[in-house]
Amino acid sequence: MSFINYSSREINVKIVYYGPGLCGKTTNLQFIYKRTNPDQKGKLISLATETERTLFFDFLPLSLGDIKGFKIRFHLYTVPGQVFYAASRKLILKGVDGIVFVADSQIERMESNMESIDDLKINLAEQGYDLDKLPFAIQYNKRDLPNIVPVGDMDRVLNPRNVVWFEGVAVTGKGVFETLKAVAKQVLFELKKHY
Amino acid sequence: MTMMGSDLIMYEEEFSRINAELQKLHQQANAKVVFLVDKNGQLIASAGETHDIDTTSLASLTAGNIAATGGIARLLGEKEFTILFHEGEKDNIHISMIGQRIILVVIFDGRTSIGLVRLRVKKASDALAKIFDEIVEKFEKEKGTGKLEESFFAEISDEDIDNLFK
Repeated sequence: MSFINYSSREINVKIVYYGPGLCGKTTNLQFIYKRTNPDQKGKLISLATETERTLFFDFLPLSLGDIKGFKIRFHLYTVPGQVFYAASRKLILKGVDGIVFVADSQIERMESNMESIDDLKINLAEQGYDLDKLPFAIQYNKRDLPNIVPVGDMDRVLNPRNVVWFEGVAVTGKGVFETLKAVAKQVLFELKKHY
Repeated sequence: MTMMGSDLIMYEEEFSRINAELQKLHQQANAKVVFLVDKNGQLIASAGETHDIDTTSLASLTAGNIAATGGIARLLGEKEFTILFHEGEKDNIHISMIGQRIILVVIFDGRTSIGLVRLRVKKASDALAKIFDEIVEKFEKEKGTGKLEESFFAEISDEDIDNLFK
C-alpha cells in the first residue's frame, strides 16, 4: 500500500523481508544500511531482544533518488522469524507493497523455510493479499556454508511461481542489493499498472 | 488519498488543507509537535518543532505501536483502542485514530495539559476526517475520468529504476 504524494512529489513504498528465524533478514538490512550514503538513509531501527533476535521489527528508510522528479522512498521492514512471534509477524505485513523471502540454504533449515513460506501465504491471505500477485523476490542465503541444499532443489520446493531469485551471502553483501533492486523494480512497475 | 484498502494518494489542495489543520492543532493545543501517520507507518504531514526529531522513525514506530495495541485489543475482544497516551518525565505523547486508517500524534510537554490536548485533538479529528472523506470522493471521481492515467508512472523505464541503484 504505497503512499503517493503529488504535493511533496514523493512516493513511499513498503518492502518486507520475510523468512525463518536466523535466515539473515536483519543482516540484509544491516548490509544495505552500511553501504548506503548517509544522505540516502534514515536510522536503522531494530526492536530486538538482548540476544539480538528481532522482537517486533527492523526498519530502514531509504531514499535512493528521483524518478521524473518524484522522490522514491523505500521503507524496508523485517519480521521476527521465530515461530512464536506469529502475532507480530502479521502486523508488519499490513500495507506491504513487495516481499523478499530470505531462505536459509542449510540442509537442516529446509523444513523451516517451507513452514515460513506457508506462514507468509496464510498471513498475507488474512490481510487480503495473494502472494502470487504481489511483487516478490527470493534470496537463497548463506551460500558460503558447507552443508547447503543445491539451489535447484531449493527453487523447486520454495519457488513454484518461478519468481526472480538470487544466491546470497548477506554477511558479505552478496546478492543483497540485487534482491532489493529486483523487488523494487516489480513494485514500481506494479504502480505503473495502476496509475 | 484513497482509503479503501488500496494506495494512498495525496494532492496539493488537500495536502495544504491538512497541513493547515495540523498547524491549527499545534497552536491551539500548545503542543510541541503534531503529525499524521498512515496506519502502515508512512508519515503524511507534520507541524511544529520537527527539526530535531526523526519523524520517519517516529512514524514507523507509532504505526507499530498502534498495530501492536490493536492486536492486544482483539485478543481482549475489543475492536481497537482508539487513544494511546504515553507519559514521560518531560514529554508526553497522545496518539489517536482518525477513521480506520490515519493516526494523529501529538507530542507535548508541561506548557499544556492532557485535557486541552484531548479537547483540541477531538476537534481536529473531526475536521481531518472530513478532508479525508473528500479526498476519497475526489479520487473516485478522477479515476472515472481517466485523469490519473496521465501521471508520471506511465513513463517509468527499467533504466530509471537501474539508476536508483547505481
